[in-house]
Parts: sequence; C-alpha cells; structure tokens
Amino acid sequence: MVIVIAAMAAFGPLLWTLTTSLRTPAEAFTNPPQWLPLHPDFGNYAAVFSQIPLGTFFVNSVVVTGLIVVGQLVTCTLSGYAFAMIRFKGRGVIFALFLATMMVPLQTIIIPVFVIVKVLGITDSPLSLVIPALGSAFGTFLMRQYFLQMPRELGEAGRIDGASQWQVFRLIYARMATPAMATLAILNFSSFWSEFYRPLIFLQSQGKFTLPLGLVGLQGNLGTGSISVVLAGVILALIPSVVLFVVAQRYFIEGITAGSFR
Amino acid sequence: MTTQLAVRPRARAAAPPKRSKKARRGEAVFGYAMIALSVVFVGVFTFLPILASLGLSFFSWDILSRPKFVGLQNYGRLLHDGPVLHSFVTTIVLAIVIVVLQIVIGLGLAVLVQQRRHKATQTVFRTVFYLPLLASTASVAIFMGYLFDQKFGVINYYLGLVGSGDVPWLTSSFGASVTIVLVTVWQQVGFTFVLISAALTSLPRDILEAAAVDGAGPIRTLARIKLPLISPTLFFATVVGLINAMQLFDQPFIMTKGGPGSATTTTVMVIYQSAFNNLQFGYGSAISIVLLLLILLVTGIQFAASRKVVFYQ
Repeated sequence: MVIVIAAMAAFGPLLWTLTTSLRTPAEAFTNPPQWLPLHPDFGNYAAVFSQIPLGTFFVNSVVVTGLIVVGQLVTCTLSGYAFAMIRFKGRGVIFALFLATMMVPLQTIIIPVFVIVKVLGITDSPLSLVIPALGSAFGTFLMRQYFLQMPRELGEAGRIDGASQWQVFRLIYARMATPAMATLAILNFSSFWSEFYRPLIFLQSQGKFTLPLGLVGLQGNLGTGSISVVLAGVILALIPSVVLFVVAQRYFIEGITAGSFR
Repeated sequence: MTTQLAVRPRARAAAPPKRSKKARRGEAVFGYAMIALSVVFVGVFTFLPILASLGLSFFSWDILSRPKFVGLQNYGRLLHDGPVLHSFVTTIVLAIVIVVLQIVIGLGLAVLVQQRRHKATQTVFRTVFYLPLLASTASVAIFMGYLFDQKFGVINYYLGLVGSGDVPWLTSSFGASVTIVLVTVWQQVGFTFVLISAALTSLPRDILEAAAVDGAGPIRTLARIKLPLISPTLFFATVVGLINAMQLFDQPFIMTKGGPGSATTTTVMVIYQSAFNNLQFGYGSAISIVLLLLILLVTGIQFAASRKVVFYQ
C-alpha cells in the first residue's frame, strides 16, 4: 500500500507532464488535471519546433554530449590502462594527484575554467563545454579499477608472441574492458545530457543553447500561456534518456554504484 | 557493490621480471604516452583551476582590467557579508534535510520493494523510482514549478479538495524551502534507492537464514542484522549525498531565483552572482574556496563519526 502511493508520487509528476503536453495550450492549466490523454493534441510537439528552435537545442545537446562521451572513453581508457598495467616513474604520484582532484567540486574550479575558455576564444561555442570535459580523474579511476582485475599473464603471453605494447592493449585488454567503458559512457551521458550549470555560464546566444538551458529560457519567454508547449519540449528531451535506459539499464545501475566514489 | 571499487592494494606487485634497461625504458615511454591526454586535460581544466582559484581569491579582478592583489581582503569581507553567510546556513540546512530524507525514504523503498515476491513487480517499482533521475534537474524544476504553482497548480488543487488549497509553495520563505527540498528529494531518491537495493540484495544468505532459524522477526532482522551489514553503503550514500546537496543550484535558480528574498539562495548561487553577474572574480573565488573547505570539513566529520557506527565486514 505504502509502496503504491510512493510509486504514484514518483510517477505522477511525469505522467502529468506527458498528458499536459498533449493538451491544447488553452486547456493546459485547467483543473482537475486530465490523467489520461484521451484526446491527444500533438500540436504542441509541432509548436516546439516552429515557435522555438528546439531542433537546434537538440542537435547542440547531441553534439556536446556525444563528443564528451567519446572523448572521455578515449582519454580515460588509455590512462586507466597505463595506471593499472604499465610501470613508469611517477605513476603513483600522478595518480594520487588525480585522486585528489576528485574531491573538488565543479564550483571551485568554474571561475578559472571560465577564464581559460575565454582565453582560448571558445566562449559561446559547443567547444567551451566539450574541451574542458575531455579528461576526467573519476573516469580514469573507474577504468583503472577495472583493468586491475584483469590477469597480467595475457599481456605477458602476447608480448612473448611478439605483439607490441599497443597491440596488447588494443587487441587484448581494451576488448575485455567494454563493460566498464559502457558504464563510463552511460554515466557521462546522464550527467552531460542534463547539464545546466556550465551551459548557463559558457553560452550566450540562443542558437548555441543545449536542451536544459534552452527549455529554461523558453519557460521564461513564453510565460504561462503555452506551458503545454514547454512541457512537450521537456518530454522530447527526456526521450533519449528513457530509450537508453531501456536498452542499457544494467550500466545505469552500475554507474550509480560506481558513481558513489565520485 | 560499492566496496568492489574501493582502492585495492597495489595490483600484484610481483617482482619485476629481469629485463633490459632498454625494454623498461620502452615500457615507461609507452606509459607516458598513454596518460598524456588525460594529464593534459585534467591538468589544464581541473588541477590548474584549483590552484588558480586559490590564487584568484587573493586578488580583486573584474576580468576586464588588471587583477589587483588584495591579500586576505576577500576573506575578511566574506566574514561580514550577511547574504553570503546566510547562504552558507541555507546550504547546510537544505543539504542536511535533503540527505536525511533521501536516505530514510530510499531505505524504506528499497526494503519495501525487496519484500515483493514477484520479480516482475520488483522490476516495475525499480523502474518507476529510477525514472525521475533520467530527467534533467532543469526539466524537473520546470514542471515542478507548474505543479507547485499557488493559484493554478495541481498540488494546491488537490489540497483544496481536502480544504487547504492555498499553500504559498514558492512565494513564502518557508514554503519555498520546503518545495526545493521536496523537488530535490523526489528526483534524487532513486539514487539512494538503487544503492541501498544493491546492498540489500548482496547480503550473505547464510546470516539471514541463521537469523530466521533463531526466530528473529522481519523488523528485528532489519534493525539488528541488515542495517549494520549495509552501513558502509548508507555511509557512502550520506557522504556523496551531502557533497552533492551542498552544491545545490539548478532547482532554486530556476524555481525561486533564490527567493523570496534570499530564503533559498544557496552558496553556489552566490558564487554565480558574484562572478558572473557582478564580475567579482576574486571574491567569487574566495567564496568557492570556503565552500570547498566546508565540504571537506563536513566529509571529514562524517569519516570521524563513521568509526563509531559503520560496520565493515
């Protein structure tokens, strides 16, 4: 009983958002709310593309999130492997410095990062969000932990058979690391697809906005008159996350349990 | 689940095989090449900014003219800046309430879901409690703003049916704080729920069976056996939850603009205003350094306190 009420409380606001996005703007705020979309009106979904550049926000979000996800997969897999498997001078110290930065919140570094972004001349561009996020101490840590569990003998055997160090990494260990890479990718997708704080600071022109920032701006511009249009945008922004969750649920859960070390 | 990722003892520190100097140097070069990208990006965009932030906090700088060294003035000013001090209190109070609710509700839900016999029912509930996490905080703040609207919102409509339908959710100081807490907990509780569920499902069966054989009821088993066993997870959820909650920004920024007055102005909002609205980069840095120290302090206190209550197997 208690759990059913809890489930309703968790699901209710999302359901209201969905059904209200399917009502005409004039009816949007009429109470009692309509919980089932009996006469769905898809006009709002057309309106989010005609009245506001939702398509542009969407593309911007895809570009930013996609580049960060791919970029971190490369940088973190390479460095995670090196910290786990390769002996070199200074490895311990450098890794300790990485760990130390994990404790520091984004707010403490945002001002200098903003200055660097300005110096690089990439303010108000998707690059201002992408470039500072291409490396990650946490991602490196996550990948290293995964590589540490792998048997060293495989690589040694490969070396004896004449494989280069790169081939040992690329053909043996990197292939075994795909679950950890999937977790890292999902984790990054969730945080950067939803990100609001950095876009708010780094982006100025509406044409560059990502979805969360664009939707919030839209809410301010249209006022209460067209809330169903705004809500249609909210639903559209949510769809990629839900689809990804359906196909890769395991990695979302893994990401949370691993993410608790962030 | 969580402990799997804890830092392990140095992996198999087997005696290095006897190899030529050249081979070892080759390996080292390969190592440096592999970490190069990460070192550059983490170095330039995380490590350097930490030092820069600390350095900037001793300067007065509007980003346009040349920075001026002011020593500890920013910190001195901070100590007498009412709104900033108030934001620290707001941040800590909101964070504590949010985290306590998150843990209690997340634990409750995890226990209730685990009692369900059918796997399918469990999956449905798990998915439902996870769903809010899939939306961005900005999206959530948008639709919750409509739901909590004093005049037209659905919540006051239903409260009106039972006779108290004019709650100033977003327009009174207390109401706004409560709303921010509710909205944040609503979205984030899936996080603690998933963590605690994972811990509960991985409890050793023999201990639970032994308890059942000894005649321990469900409540006793939960309080005396399950809770102590998952205390490391509860501890992590608290630490991570507090670190995140002390950086609260999106919800108050979008839903209340920090108001009414300064009732829901968090420290991160103050940093944002000082630096990016008022162009006081030095002062903003000083506040951000104090926030960092506060987060480290709170985390340190938790680690110290955990020795008494957290039970590691």
